[in-house]
Amino acid sequence: MNILVCIKRVPDIAGSVTLDATGTRIDDSGLGHTKSSHEECAVELAIQTAAATGGTVTVLTVGPAEAVEQLRAAVAVGANDGILVEAADPSVFAPEDIAQIIGDVIRDRAEAGQTFDLVLTGDDAADTGDFQVGIRLAYDLEYPVLTNIQTIRAVDGDVGGGGEGGATGSGAVGAADGGSGGVADGGAGVIEARGIGPAGTEVFTLALPAVIAVQEGGVDPRYPSITGRMKAKKAPIAEYDAPEPGTGSPRIRLELPEVRQSSVTILGEGPDAAPALVDVLEEIGVMRP
Amino acid sequence: MTLVFVETDTSGEVTLTSAEAVTFARKNPQLLPDGGATTSREGAAPPSGSTEGVVIGLLSDSAVNELGRLGVSVIHHLEHPDLADYSAAAWAQAIVDITPESGTLMASGTPRGMELMAHAAVRTGQRMAANVIACDDDGLLRQVFGGTAFERLRLDGDLHVITIAGHACTPEETDPTDPEVFDYDLDVAEADLTTRVRRTEAEAADDASGLTSARAVVGAGRGVGSENGFGEVLELVDHLGGALGVSRVVTGLGWRPHAEQVGQTGSRISPDVYIACGISGAIQHMAGIEGAKTLIAINTDEEATMVQRADYAIIGDLHEVIAAVNEEIVRRRG
Ligand SMILES: Cc1cc2nc3c(=O)[nH]c(=O)nc-3n(C[C@H](O)[C@H](O)[C@H](O)COP(=O)(O)OP(=O)(O)OC[C@H]3O[C@@H](n4cnc5c(N)ncnc54)[C@H](O)[C@@H]3O)c2cc1C
Ligand SMILES: Nc1ncnc2c1ncn2[C@@H]1O[C@H](COP(=O)(O)O)[C@@H](O)[C@H]1O
Repeated sequence: MNILVCIKRVPDIAGSVTLDATGTRIDDSGLGHTKSSHEECAVELAIQTAAATGGTVTVLTVGPAEAVEQLRAAVAVGANDGILVEAADPSVFAPEDIAQIIGDVIRDRAEAGQTFDLVLTGDDAADTGDFQVGIRLAYDLEYPVLTNIQTIRAVDGDVGGGGEGGATGSGAVGAADGGSGGVADGGAGVIEARGIGPAGTEVFTLALPAVIAVQEGGVDPRYPSITGRMKAKKAPIAEYDAPEPGTGSPRIRLELPEVRQSSVTILGEGPDAAPALVDVLEEIGVMRP
Repeated sequence: MTLVFVETDTSGEVTLTSAEAVTFARKNPQLLPDGGATTSREGAAPPSGSTEGVVIGLLSDSAVNELGRLGVSVIHHLEHPDLADYSAAAWAQAIVDITPESGTLMASGTPRGMELMAHAAVRTGQRMAANVIACDDDGLLRQVFGGTAFERLRLDGDLHVITIAGHACTPEETDPTDPEVFDYDLDVAEADLTTRVRRTEAEAADDASGLTSARAVVGAGRGVGSENGFGEVLELVDHLGGALGVSRVVTGLGWRPHAEQVGQTGSRISPDVYIACGISGAIQHMAGIEGAKTLIAINTDEEATMVQRADYAIIGDLHEVIAAVNEEIVRRRG
């Protein structure tokens, strides 16, 4: 099963931030960059699923040239190749633009013979938190879509009928050949996906191709190996240029929260401060007699 | 008109976050570009500025009354055998079927709310704004960058599709109305059912009642270090006869169940004291503890937001500090 994972380069924020001169972006000049933990889990799920089915993992990003760093980081943990859609400042795009751009690239790769049976995204990007690129992409590709998924596995058989039904067995789906040059359609396998719903773990079975948006928590992303790092340096990265924004971001500006004056009483440092804390608890009256 | 997707729990009661969203809708009549009738309803258009609710599945009488007290004038109740199992596409289409051409469609920023509004936005050809916290003449304000910044934005189009960040406002009752309840005959497309839930594996019920009613809550975050690091924290909970609350990092890593999560996508608590151990104080966590009367932080980082926002703080390793606190409590009890 060939899997595409969409990842986004975002500033690594710890603590407070400042805005750049335009007031529409975070000043990330002094910050490191990363991708969201949802996307890290999506990459991990893709690697495990591709390994189980004898397929490949491709990572894609729409971002500045530097975002190749995030693509190579994914290759270092096991992805096969990357696609960089270069856009100097992705914040000018609306989520619908990003979905459209990714959809167009997927169709273009299909024409070039590279098809994907499954497309993974995060539920939401760590910077914009729009919660919609995966869903919009699915509609653009006319694929079904699940969100909030924590684990996936390829299963044998068809998607099954009613409530109790569904695919069974834990065998791997044979390596999908992606059909005849077009975007994979039908016969590409079945995925069982799980996520946490209001009443417990919800289980879905879905015929591919499909889009799945991942929520962190189901798997532990692995660390890169030495050989992985070596491979990452040489990994093939296909490059595209992003078009001009179609819809364009609805953003007017960013605003920062007011800095509140602290009125904290520091009771002390380390275990020596314990009696002072117990005094406070006694005063509040929450100590069990 | 603002149409709010109202989530109900397994007994058909309105969830807290949905009550918040309804309140937000009612108190922000400027949300609407224009009033308008729901497309499938006969009769006069509802007054501009009215709030209507849409409920899928179980709707109890007490939920109807509660929505009335929250200011909802009309409840659209959608029930269909094919909607019994959740399927985002099918539920979203059912909502879209009764959504007016102009106005605002909203839900709370829960996983379901996010997903349904995104589907509905695509199906109505509209933009969507997630995690909105305020709305005024200058547009909408929403959380971005994990809550470290806000985005001011303006949606175009006649229909605005938004989600409200959890606990961004408090449910408030108004002059009670007697909401009209409309039931519908729906058509559910087979294609929209491929993504339905095939089965639910119920876990220990996601019951947060102990947490929301406790007078003392001990909060634990990433600083605890691992799944096995909760020993001292749980002992302190026991000494106080209180409850454990955790950050999303802790539930996300699978260290503790979601029922214990405090914050925007977890419980909102109002204990007499909240002792936050190894929690940085992200806005989404703070959203759940605004109601705490006294806030105590135990953290290695004096600069952490949680320390700065606390009434009292101890700077240090939480394991060492809490172990000493437990000892002191035992000593004083004699
Ligand atoms: C849409 C959305 C919804 C969210 N909803 C929620 C929610 O409902 N609830 C929630 O909690 N979060 C939520 N979050 C996540 C939130 O943004 C933060 O990521 C999260 O709250 C951070 O958890 P934390 O404080 O445990 O971890 P961190 O931010 O990593 O902080 C760990 C803290 O522990 C301290 N520490 C480390 N070691 C020790 C030690 N040995 N002793 C003492 N202190 C130590 C550190 O100094 C630091 O302050 C949400 C995010 C988004 C985008
Ligand atoms: N610029 C981008 N490049 C690649 N993937 C993206 C980009 N923006 C969003 N995504 C994907 O879509 C998911 C949801 O993003 P959003 O709707 O912006 O919150 C993210 O977790 C990514 O997987």
